[in-house]
Amino acid sequence: MARIDLDLAHCYRPEQAEIDYALLPLKMTFSDGGAYALLGPSGCGKTTMLNIISGLLIPSEGTVRIDGRDVTHASPQQRNIAQVFQFPVIYDTMTVAENLAFPLQNRRMPTAQIRKRVGEIAEMLELSAQLDRRAAGLSAEQQQKISLGRGLVRPDVAAVLLDEPLTVIDPNLKFQLRRKLKQIHRELKLTFIYVTHDQVEALTFADEIVVMNRRRAVQVGAAEVLFERPAHTFVGYFIGSPGMNFLPARASATGVNVAGQLLATLPHRAVPDGELKLGIRPEYLTLAAHQAPGALAARVTHVQDLGTHLLLSAALDGHTLKARLASDVAPPQVGESVWLQVISEHTCFYQDEELVA
Amino acid sequence: MQLSLEGVTKQVGPETWLYPLTLAPRPSEVTVLLGATRAGKTSLLRIMAGLDRPTTGHVRVDDQDVTGLSVRKRNVAMVYQQFINYPSMTVAENIGSPLRLRRELNIEQRVRELAERLHIGQYLARYPAELSGGEQQRVALARALAKRAPLMLLDEPLVNLDYKLREGLREELAQLFASGESTVIYATTEPGEALLLGGHTAVMDAGELLQYGATTEVFHRPRSLREARAFSDPPMNLLTATTGTGSVQLQGGPTLNLQLPPTAAGTVTVAVRASALRLQPRTGDVALAARVELSEISGSATFLHVSSAMGELVAQLTGVHAFEPDEPVTLHLSPAQVYVFDSTDTLLIAPERST
Amino acid sequence: MNKPVNQKAWLLVLPVLICVAFSSILPLMTVVNYSVQDIISPERRVFVGTEWFASVMRDRELHAALARQIVFSLSVLAVEIPLGIALALSMPASGWRASAALVAVALPLLIPWNVVGTIWQIFCRTDIGLLGSAIKALGLEYSYTGDATQAWLTVLLMDVWHWTPLVALLAYAGLRAIPDAYYQAARIDGASRLAVFRYIQLPKIRGVLMIAVLLRFMDSFMIYTEPFVLTGGGPGNATTFLSQYLTQKAVGQFDLGPAAAFSLIYFLIIMLLCFILYNWMQRLGTPGRADK
Repeated sequence: MARIDLDLAHCYRPEQAEIDYALLPLKMTFSDGGAYALLGPSGCGKTTMLNIISGLLIPSEGTVRIDGRDVTHASPQQRNIAQVFQFPVIYDTMTVAENLAFPLQNRRMPTAQIRKRVGEIAEMLELSAQLDRRAAGLSAEQQQKISLGRGLVRPDVAAVLLDEPLTVIDPNLKFQLRRKLKQIHRELKLTFIYVTHDQVEALTFADEIVVMNRRRAVQVGAAEVLFERPAHTFVGYFIGSPGMNFLPARASATGVNVAGQLLATLPHRAVPDGELKLGIRPEYLTLAAHQAPGALAARVTHVQDLGTHLLLSAALDGHTLKARLASDVAPPQVGESVWLQVISEHTCFYQDEELVA
Repeated sequence: MQLSLEGVTKQVGPETWLYPLTLAPRPSEVTVLLGATRAGKTSLLRIMAGLDRPTTGHVRVDDQDVTGLSVRKRNVAMVYQQFINYPSMTVAENIGSPLRLRRELNIEQRVRELAERLHIGQYLARYPAELSGGEQQRVALARALAKRAPLMLLDEPLVNLDYKLREGLREELAQLFASGESTVIYATTEPGEALLLGGHTAVMDAGELLQYGATTEVFHRPRSLREARAFSDPPMNLLTATTGTGSVQLQGGPTLNLQLPPTAAGTVTVAVRASALRLQPRTGDVALAARVELSEISGSATFLHVSSAMGELVAQLTGVHAFEPDEPVTLHLSPAQVYVFDSTDTLLIAPERST
Repeated sequence: MNKPVNQKAWLLVLPVLICVAFSSILPLMTVVNYSVQDIISPERRVFVGTEWFASVMRDRELHAALARQIVFSLSVLAVEIPLGIALALSMPASGWRASAALVAVALPLLIPWNVVGTIWQIFCRTDIGLLGSAIKALGLEYSYTGDATQAWLTVLLMDVWHWTPLVALLAYAGLRAIPDAYYQAARIDGASRLAVFRYIQLPKIRGVLMIAVLLRFMDSFMIYTEPFVLTGGGPGNATTFLSQYLTQKAVGQFDLGPAAAFSLIYFLIIMLLCFILYNWMQRLGTPGRADK
């Protein structure tokens, strides 16, 4: 069990131009027993961060601490970190039981103890029936469970790192494995760090999600926070499908000017003056009455029946706005003008891509 | 171009990959082949392309029998799951390759146009290996479009991309298809993708063509339970029930006031889409008591998996909602929003729609 | 997946079929023909049935050559396979060093067989050869032409020098194909260097090793040129292997009948041994199947 503190940066070359950084300077704490996810598109630095935590990579600057102890230069084994990779890594020639026992044998644990521990882990992962089977002959899902089991089997494991562990799992079985992971986290109360580009996996698994983009962490927070109040325009875009709508705006003492219209902001939300971006999620963009305060007129370009709801696309001043409408309302026709409520409780304002109100 | 398949089957060794099917995809429109893996989508695409010969049956193009005609003699464009490009050619050469084969004029200009439309204009001089996965697939798509083939076949072209890339590219594809240049057949495993593409959908399951029609029509009025199942994600909640007068009694649950056709009697299956289960009650709703198993959050929606006396259920809630496992919840359901299938799994009633 | 049947394909294969007929099938039939006749002169020949086969089977010298051949081939495998793996493991994985190592290792493979023999002939001479004079300087008696054991060892050493690089290259390619995640997982599991080799590298390069073993076995079983040039099969018969014995019979003594019979037996022995070896390794390679 462990708390992990990072205060580091990683650079490929000594010159330290910003472009050479695989990970820009950051400070972060993963508290003991937490379920975390590192979420971001490929190339965002999440795998670099994971490899630095596990000790496969030494950061070019700064330190990694586990429970306050500096482990920056310690090997993965010395850190007691377990890691599960994208593709199941199993020892082909061994049985399931031998695979699970391998890390304990390397640590010279007495045989009787090993057998007991392997039995417990196999029980938890529902692998007991396969213990004497060759690992090579099992399904990808079971092999991935073995990879996880080899990490969990060590009684002193500090943290479990998962690197896109469900990539090769059959879609029908993903749900079960997600539930299993969550259940194991609750039972063992270990620190779990889960790397993925898939929002469903990150938001479902983790209590705290670190959203990463362009080699930096742009927001750390619970799923609800990322959805309701994205701290960065990237989070607004990346979380949710479709992502947040953005409109350029200009704020002054009298209100915000959006697409040539002056709109009054909500009284309890202080919006700083200057160039802004107004963000509102399609889920919160509703149809409004003609000339309603805080609403803008837009021309409907597309209405899609997505079965459970309608997706409305509307053009406004050269920008496309998307609104998710309940399927039991009569949808507006293409070409029609509709009023959309852009200012509401759920509207966010961004300055230099950062949330300001 | 009117493609039509008549009584096509595919037998490989002792296994039947395609049962007799007849399908005439709407010309110059998108037809989505929807089905789980191994439903027979790829086998069907290969027969349409002329890569494989059907075991029995005929393939016709504009009333001309082309069964067994080699793919080289047909004018077909195909895009695969894997990003397939010529590794030793630049992006521009890749896109232009079908045009060069036909010795067309103005290749450069046409390549540039297509590349701009697919947002890869700045990479024309690069090699495919220097591009990201999403860009590589754009090159493959541009090459297929360059061919201007009257028939364009796409086999899960977006499945290997990140969901954000998928979202953007899917939207662009839908726009490109809307030009009506070709008859497009698009295979996918995702019901959501079929709905986003619109057009027409052919639902396939285990080598059989189940239903063909306008996508929303198939979604809202599945002919039987099998179509409904194949065309729903998350899976539909299926509840066993017995009929009464003007009502059905859910096994282990409440009674729903429903007017069933007089022929219905005995045991029926009540199917409820995940989105029909709500946390907020409305008038006329029935309440279902349940316990949380797991809440899956997709960013725009929360899939709440619960266990109840009626079995396991899943509810789709808009927005992000956190739930603790084992937490008790009450779900609400309007009887007007259920599908009912009889004992032979044929649709009895579907929810009324306002449109 | 059955492709559309195209009869024209046969036409395209025809040239190859004709070539193979002239280069392999016709000579083979000639050999079969010779093996059942006594050729006294080009005009006079007598059908003798299986007599040559029977006499060949009783040939003491042949038995000795066969035994020598088997011991030699097994020694070749026993030395070259582990050595090749060791070499592959010690080669750098990437960068210019990897390219340099690959070229250096591949050099012996580029030298023609008869030249290899000549090189070693000079290399092992005690007066001007580097190896020969070095051994002599150590105060050891060394003569690959005089001492039977030393001659045999010298031929083995030459083969090891010539062909271990092939094993090394195959093993190297196999090792490079192992995903990095395996090594990372092993580090995290706290596996020793030996355990990594035993449980990851060896199982993962099994496939290429199988090819290496087969190639080396077949090749060494047919070895001819190098010992012919180096020792001429001597001293005595110490380095006379099967192919050389066969040549002596056919060309040297012009016993075409027995030589033909012997060729066929030789051919069958190689086929049989490869078949056994292949099947044994296949079974060794798929442990998963054994426990179902």
